[in-house]
Amino acid sequence: MGGSSPCASCKLLRRRCTKECIFAPYFPSDDPRKFAIVHKVFGASNVSKMLQELPIDQRGDAVSSLVYEATARVRDPVYGCVGAISYLQNQVTQLQMQLAVAQAEILSIHQMQQDPSNNNTTLLPSQLLDQDYSEKFLLLSSAENNNNYDFLPQYLSFASSSSSSSNVFQDSEPLKRESFC
Amino acid sequence: MISGRCAACKNQRRKCPSNCIFSPYFPANDPQKFACVHKIYGGSNVGRMLQGVPTYLREQAANALYLEAKWRIDDPIYGCVGIISSFYEQIQNAEIELAKIQTQVAFYKLQTQHVEAEPNLEVLQSQSINMEQFESDNPTITSWFN
Repeated sequence: MGGSSPCASCKLLRRRCTKECIFAPYFPSDDPRKFAIVHKVFGASNVSKMLQELPIDQRGDAVSSLVYEATARVRDPVYGCVGAISYLQNQVTQLQMQLAVAQAEILSIHQMQQDPSNNNTTLLPSQLLDQDYSEKFLLLSSAENNNNYDFLPQYLSFASSSSSSSNVFQDSEPLKRESFC
Repeated sequence: MISGRCAACKNQRRKCPSNCIFSPYFPANDPQKFACVHKIYGGSNVGRMLQGVPTYLREQAANALYLEAKWRIDDPIYGCVGIISSFYEQIQNAEIELAKIQTQVAFYKLQTQHVEAEPNLEVLQSQSINMEQFESDNPTITSWFN
């Protein structure tokens, strides 16, 4: 490559960095820690295999997510990202409960306003709130039931308040897919 | 005995020693579990990671590694990070909706307080009408106050 420095992976692996090096676009030499951490958790050959199976335009995102996962695993050698997922799932559940309580409160207030003397008045949520909100609330509830994350707690007894799981993502919010390019 | 090999040793086609680090967590009746972690992390990495945690936590670690490997196989680009992003989005949306509803609740409560105050105004209004009537009926008395 005419004198340009080898990429971080070839430096760590102590080999010649060719122009076809699969790692070079994603592991520049100025950030050796990035490759070191994915190599530690996944191994260079596994990372190479994973990248080779992906179209080139998706490899950048894949590398970013592998780095995130490897970092989480190093921070929490027992639960890794799974601890973070358990914690976030708990947050979602709590928020849904709060939403349900707030929703019930609005219904109750509105029923009192409609007819204070008649406690049996029933009004559909869509008549009380925006149509938009009520649909979103239902979607949020059903999404939680329809996603495939429900198997998570089956045989993993995480404490959702465990300090190790919440430490995993004390960095800023993880990758947004649209920001990967 | 060959039939006593764990899934890891079967996969690696080797003898399964009595102190095999994989055998408690990768039983022979669930070969897919080890196959997943082997594909993503490699057998030696899994063994090293299990050795790095206390024995009483190794089952949890093995199961977490299996889940992450499975999610990575299902989504080769984002793996479990896609799930985390999705949860963050759900949390953000839920917080926005919650704030919206709580604002509406506060608004309705304010409205209710306003409505409860109105009957008092009606009473005062009716009292002032009676006073007008009284003044017109008793101009002499009321002139003392003017």
